[in-house]
Amino acid sequence: MMPRHVDGNALAGPLSDLFAFDVTCASGRCVGCGDVTVLARAMVYEDEMGFVARCHLCDSMLLTVVRTADGAWLDLQGISGLHVAL
Amino acid sequence: MGIISRGFSGRSREHNPDLPPGQYLAEDFPVLSAGPTPDIDTADWSFRVQTESGKQYTWSWDEMQALGLEEIHTDIHCVTRWSKLGTSWRGISLDKIFAGIETENAYVMAHSYGGYTTNVPLEDLLDGKAWIATEYDGEPLDPEHGGPARLLVPHLYFWKSAKWVNGLRMMETDDPGFWEQNGYHLYGDPWLEQRYW
Repeated sequence: MMPRHVDGNALAGPLSDLFAFDVTCASGRCVGCGDVTVLARAMVYEDEMGFVARCHLCDSMLLTVVRTADGAWLDLQGISGLHVAL
Repeated sequence: MGIISRGFSGRSREHNPDLPPGQYLAEDFPVLSAGPTPDIDTADWSFRVQTESGKQYTWSWDEMQALGLEEIHTDIHCVTRWSKLGTSWRGISLDKIFAGIETENAYVMAHSYGGYTTNVPLEDLLDGKAWIATEYDGEPLDPEHGGPARLLVPHLYFWKSAKWVNGLRMMETDDPGFWEQNGYHLYGDPWLEQRYW
């Protein structure tokens, strides 16, 4: 029997646990070089078009945040995992 | 007595029909950058166009300059709402670059030193609408403004005018570039205020 899945609303609980605090304290793994360090150590470029965070070691893009007219885009494709101390 | 400020009344669009909706006139030239400024010597610079067949066309700095520089006088419009009117550039027309290129694809991904990308339909790069710009205001283009060479597509929002451009890759479909993947409009016409998806 295939495992049952539910829609993304089920993420609200666990993700609010993750993002209800200062996410810069979380440790991210850089897709580029594998370094794991707190996001607070990232190099962040405050381009007026959006925020771009790069790895402090290899300069790879970790994440981008863009504020649009009706919300925000968060792109985490440069981080292969986040460790959050709970 | 009125208490409602008209804000930028002295430079609002109603006084200047050259400003697209939602834009204000900038006197300086703001610098936007999503990463460190690459340091590229023109001796090491090269430009490549890659087509769907896998064929690559390349130009050195000198070969590109030999195609001939044109004077360009144009307005530029940044999606962060500043516009500069009557800017002066010199650059190589994309018509000259594409003159000897065979492609059936209708879309282009511009690539830059540093990894930035942006997507543009091919027709927006042809017929005198786009250049590889190497000079601004009579001087070689500053690295912070995209030097030694940037794409210049002034009829679209300025993020399409990729700084530090080093190549164009032909695409069958209009795939999104860097900012376009993150909420910015796929095309970016300032007169239609195509800022976001």
